[in-house]
Amino acid sequence: MYEDPMYEDKRATAPPLQQLTFSLADEEYGVDILAVREIRSWSRVTRIPQTPDYVLGVLNLRGAIVPIMDLRLRFGLQRESYGDDTVVIIVAIAERLFGIVVDAVSDVVDIDPAAIKPVPDMGAVVDTRYLKGLATYAERMVMLLDVEKLMRPEDVETLDAALPAIQEVEVAA
Amino acid sequence: MSAVDLTQFHKTFFEESREGLDAMEAALLALDSGATDHELVHTIFRAAHSIKGGAATFGFADVAAFTHVAESLLEEVRSERRAVDSGLIEVLLRSVDCMRAMLERSSQGQPVADAESEALRVELVQLVSGEVAAPAVAAASMVAPVSGWNIAFTALPHLLQTGNDPLRLFRELQQLGRLEVVRAFVTDSAPAQLAELDPSQCHLGWELRLHGAVARADIDAVFDWLDGDCELTIAPLAEVAVVGAAAPATSGSPPAATGTPRPVRETAAATGAGTSGEGSSIRVGIDKVDALINMMGELVITQSMLSDIGEKFELSQLGRLRDGLVQLERTTRELQESVMRIRMLPIGSVFNRFPRLVHDLERKLDKRVKLELHGEHTELDKTVLEKIGDPLVHLVRNAIDHGLESPAQRKAAGKSETGTLKLNAYHEGGNIVVQISDDGAGLNHAAIVAKAQQRGLIAAGQELSDAEVAELIFQPGFSTAAQATDLSGRGVGMDVVRRNVRDLGGSVGVRSVSGKGSTFTITLPLTLAIIDGLVTAVGSERYIVPLTSIVESLRLRADAVRRIAGGGEVFHFRDEYLPIMRLHRAFACNDAVTDIEHGIVVVIEEDGRRVGLLVDDLLGQQQAVVKSLEAHYRRVQGISGATILSDGSVALIVDVGGVVRLGQRSKAA
Repeated sequence: MYEDPMYEDKRATAPPLQQLTFSLADEEYGVDILAVREIRSWSRVTRIPQTPDYVLGVLNLRGAIVPIMDLRLRFGLQRESYGDDTVVIIVAIAERLFGIVVDAVSDVVDIDPAAIKPVPDMGAVVDTRYLKGLATYAERMVMLLDVEKLMRPEDVETLDAALPAIQEVEVAA
Repeated sequence: MSAVDLTQFHKTFFEESREGLDAMEAALLALDSGATDHELVHTIFRAAHSIKGGAATFGFADVAAFTHVAESLLEEVRSERRAVDSGLIEVLLRSVDCMRAMLERSSQGQPVADAESEALRVELVQLVSGEVAAPAVAAASMVAPVSGWNIAFTALPHLLQTGNDPLRLFRELQQLGRLEVVRAFVTDSAPAQLAELDPSQCHLGWELRLHGAVARADIDAVFDWLDGDCELTIAPLAEVAVVGAAAPATSGSPPAATGTPRPVRETAAATGAGTSGEGSSIRVGIDKVDALINMMGELVITQSMLSDIGEKFELSQLGRLRDGLVQLERTTRELQESVMRIRMLPIGSVFNRFPRLVHDLERKLDKRVKLELHGEHTELDKTVLEKIGDPLVHLVRNAIDHGLESPAQRKAAGKSETGTLKLNAYHEGGNIVVQISDDGAGLNHAAIVAKAQQRGLIAAGQELSDAEVAELIFQPGFSTAAQATDLSGRGVGMDVVRRNVRDLGGSVGVRSVSGKGSTFTITLPLTLAIIDGLVTAVGSERYIVPLTSIVESLRLRADAVRRIAGGGEVFHFRDEYLPIMRLHRAFACNDAVTDIEHGIVVVIEEDGRRVGLLVDDLLGQQQAVVKSLEAHYRRVQGISGATILSDGSVALIVDVGGVVRLGQRSKAA
């Protein structure tokens, strides 16, 4: 019987996930490097009416109008000021671009997918909706961001949040 | 045969076929107007031939079968065995319509043949002189009453090389009915010595008999691939031709058997509407692409020159740097223009549908019309072009239906019996102007006023100027057609035309002289991608208001503003009270001017409703390249898009309609 010597190898070590890590309020987060388009310093954005406060506005990225979201505000934290050392990570999901404002970019690290742990239910203290999982790298805990969920418009989220309640009602009925 | 996925070519086939049909139609109309040009006949024939070939290749057997018959008829015209008369052209024009409808149906995956196409196909078969016996088929439309066919099929030597296989043909025939091989023979082309036989050549012929009620079209479909690769004669079995009542019908009344000719139909309009949902593509002239590549080359050269200067910069090179920047600016501007030009298409593609429309309307309304087209080469944006077709069709119909008089009336009025309808397109400033003018009776002042009074649009006894009367016809639900024909008066009125044109950022107006005719003028922006806007400041933000919706900008005195119950503010403007919409409040801007006296009120209009927009200041006028917010974010109410200012920052473009609606909602709240 024919055996592929490479086959076993691959199974043993799945390709590591490369994550761009950044800090936000003394915590370390990671975002999939494949989703990252560029890292740029803060520049003034144009505010958009009728948007949640964490969407700061839009900026011109080589002709594309890209929305910028502050991750601190999104996670219910305060932002003191925006200055030259404020960093914007531009990410892309399915051709759609958006920027996330973070405190500082740290490193690119390899994370073994097998070492990713699920996010424990931390109740209402921390918003865990936007996390894919937790990983440890060099003794530090890195929270892996779910970029896709971050990008979803809030009405979809409201629906998602309401869904269990609706299902409960249905079950009860 | 290898499994090549032919569906990937379907879109191209449909596109090319549509173009082919347009060419056929145009050539037929040219023939109809008396031109006797062999080249025209060839054009028609070629178009039909390639549609047939394509349809057969891609498996649209019904289309191929239909086109085949039309082609046979055209072949007779081409070889001058048949004279061109208006009856023939009428039939061929209907065939074009029919093929267009069939292609439309096949592109949407619907069944292709219907009773109508089958009836027309039979009519064509009857016309083709060589197949006088075939009209037996006509008696019953879909199912042939013949009990069988004689098929003489002689392969040409190269038959196998074109990928055809006689065995496959026989199998297909067998599926249609019982196949009997009367005789198989070796053709004269076969070499005398067996040693000289080239196995890739075919030297065989067959006489076949196919028993059963088989439609001719089905047999044609089987052999369609072999066009030019074999000698083929198909004839009904001899005994059938004399049987039954079908024979007298043959000699009696050929085309009438299929019923009265169809009335002029909306096929052209229907197909036009059907295509809009497809993924669209653009055909760009190679010269435009070449221009782009040239420009790109220059840009690369300039870039390398500039980076060269930048690498080892000395003050002495300042002159070279400046030259480089000037060159960069020029090339960039040219590049921008070239890219915009790619989206620009000549309006001729829309104008081209009018000869047919006019031809059909002439017959239907018994009027004589001479159509003049001017400025077909005027280019405008593809998006604008696609949306301007229907309003233009409507205006042309109106002009012929209502504008131009009957030949008798024209003679009585001392005019030529043939009316003239002129379509003209030209550039004027940053706009394109399309004019539709006729030399008919002009707007019927009295009838319009009477109708408006009847509809309660104006008070009885009210005196109106010509311009005001002309304005009335653009009111919703307004139609003066004495009797509603099926061409106009179907509820689609001038108001729809105006709305469509407005949606494109344009305007439409009419000038009319009683007894001399009327002229409708449509003014359109060159492109939707660029708008003329007024840059306004609100707090630290910049908003762009489209210039076309601005009525006036003014500074109000505090005492000119009235508060009404519920907190709304209104001001007096040209005999009406307009609500004030504070933009800083609607868009929640900080640091904006809140004192009306210190701000500026921009009066904007949408669908006849006006609102005063309070902004801090006017910063100037600018051409804005419209960018979508939805591309990376989502739709925002009151904002139609964004643009990039000269300093690289983003400014939002105010959606006038949305803001007016916002204003009304807040007033209602």
